[in-house]
Amino acid sequence: MTTKLNANTRMVPVPSDSIVPERDLGKRPILETRHLGIEFGGLKAVDDFNLTIGPTEIAGLIGPNGAGKTTVFNLLTKVYEPTSGTVLINGRDTHRMTVTQACRLGVARTFQNIRLFDKMTVEDNVRIGLHNQIRYGMMTGILRLPAFWQKEKRQHEQALDLLSIFDMQDLADVTAGSLPYGAQRRLEIVRALATNPSLLLLDEPAAGMNPHETEELMRNIVRIRDQFQIAVLLIEHDMRLVMGICEGICVLNFGKVIAKGTAAEIQNNPVVVEAYLGKQKEG
Amino acid sequence: MKLKQRKFLNNLITYAMVVAAYVICTLLINGGQMSRSLRGQMVPICCWVVMAVSLNLVVGISGELSLGHAGFMSVGAFSGVITSGWLLNSLQMEDATLRLVIAIVAGGILAGIAGVLIGIPVLRLRGDYLAIVTLAFGEIIRNVLNCVYVSVDADGLHMGFLNPSLPGTLLMNGPMGAIGVKKIATFAAGFVLVMLTLVVVLNLSSSRSGRAIMAIRDNRIAAESMGVPVTKYKMMAFVTAAVLAGMAGALYGLNFSTVTSDKFKFDQSINVLVFVVLGGIGSVRGSVIAAALLTVLPELLRAFSEYRMLVYAIVLILVMLATNNPLLKGWLNALREHLPFGRKQKGGEPA
Repeated sequence: MTTKLNANTRMVPVPSDSIVPERDLGKRPILETRHLGIEFGGLKAVDDFNLTIGPTEIAGLIGPNGAGKTTVFNLLTKVYEPTSGTVLINGRDTHRMTVTQACRLGVARTFQNIRLFDKMTVEDNVRIGLHNQIRYGMMTGILRLPAFWQKEKRQHEQALDLLSIFDMQDLADVTAGSLPYGAQRRLEIVRALATNPSLLLLDEPAAGMNPHETEELMRNIVRIRDQFQIAVLLIEHDMRLVMGICEGICVLNFGKVIAKGTAAEIQNNPVVVEAYLGKQKEG
Repeated sequence: MKLKQRKFLNNLITYAMVVAAYVICTLLINGGQMSRSLRGQMVPICCWVVMAVSLNLVVGISGELSLGHAGFMSVGAFSGVITSGWLLNSLQMEDATLRLVIAIVAGGILAGIAGVLIGIPVLRLRGDYLAIVTLAFGEIIRNVLNCVYVSVDADGLHMGFLNPSLPGTLLMNGPMGAIGVKKIATFAAGFVLVMLTLVVVLNLSSSRSGRAIMAIRDNRIAAESMGVPVTKYKMMAFVTAAVLAGMAGALYGLNFSTVTSDKFKFDQSINVLVFVVLGGIGSVRGSVIAAALLTVLPELLRAFSEYRMLVYAIVLILVMLATNNPLLKGWLNALREHLPFGRKQKGGEPA
């Protein structure tokens, strides 16, 4: 059906009622949520959400529209404070943390509706990702002290390095807002990687891409995982991508987890087929 | 790299333009070629240029509409005047230049403190709300200053709120404003202040902090999730602008023998905003040119006597129409293509 990159992955249960790939067993999970939930005025958008992601796992979060997938992302990145349960990132409780603090803990994300710094150049977009990696103060910048030149140079080099992941070095001076759609999506991933994350959250990375681009994106996500040794959690509607590269898949419906497992398990799960994949069947 | 060089050249042109303008004006003044009234406008022009460039930091680079910029100017003006009076009367400091420098620094610091105090509540708001609240704070500052009485004698400064019976000579007489100010502002000081402002704003906007400020302007949520502390950087832009406005205010105050808070009313904030908008939001050079020309313009229009402000308004409208005219814009862009340095960035198609 698709390029099966995870044919040999075996998922094993961990104590918190979740599963991770076998190679990540015994290592501290990068993300662990326990009974995570949020209510908006009585409506439980996410309820009793348990998920564990190993440090080098590619995991997928799928579900019909309005199932609460993006809400989960917003909970993980601290845009929302959960009304129940906890989010542990790299073993640390993120209770009452801000978005900025969560980023410093190593969570980076892309957005469903692209959110680039439109009026800034591609390189400057990546440099914002490097904001906390290569630091110098306001006065150093105004007075152009030696540290300024040295760190600007390092930022420049590192930004071009990161852009080369997607062969975008030549676009460094282009205004981000004027990039074509696919390139904007790729730039968002590069920008997120610049924050030196240990967990990368991708919100519909393949949206609006043609099959050829999706294929390339799949290869790139796996490559990024291998190169940076990070975990990836992605929301996606494109089943070819999800089934192709995700080792663990979590299915959400009406804010509740209805199934967890490997691609094969999910595909054969009658509950999932009924709630989600059944509707997608063609012919 | 090309883009960087272009930016560098652009900044260089701005500096060169200001230096050239200063040199030409000095030569004209020394040669006696400049009319008296125009000569009197030199320091105010510098002040309004600083005001416009610093407001551009808030409106153009930080993307927040602030309508209370003249409030910070008034804080700077009065603290500058008081500092200068205190240094002269209490410490017998005769050196006018040193007094001016200390007064400008004091004006900057106090306006900066006001910026922090106002920024804390104001920067929680966004868009129109922020504009309205800054407008209100600008007026509050002015009205509070109307009630402050300050006097000086050998013991130092005496302050009274709504209480004019103070020992020594009054430096600030409530609603009558500061009186008997020693005029110590010079065109040279104004020039230095303009250059300082340009260095601060241009260097800031192409540094790590400036990029963070622009990122927040472009997309607040994304900036936050990239680990940029939003409040800190919004505050940085707001307070830096306040400090610069305070310094301009101190210089402005020390250029007149009487300073009343009426000089820093809401319409002055709007005036500065007009400079910024006409010069092009985000364009520092534009702000400089617009501020200088529009400060001189009413003076040059004296020939129209009573219809002066009417003509001023019509000129403003014409300039706005002209700069938004697609024909003219296309023509200007075509012109730019032929110049080696002014080439506009071709944002768009990937190479």
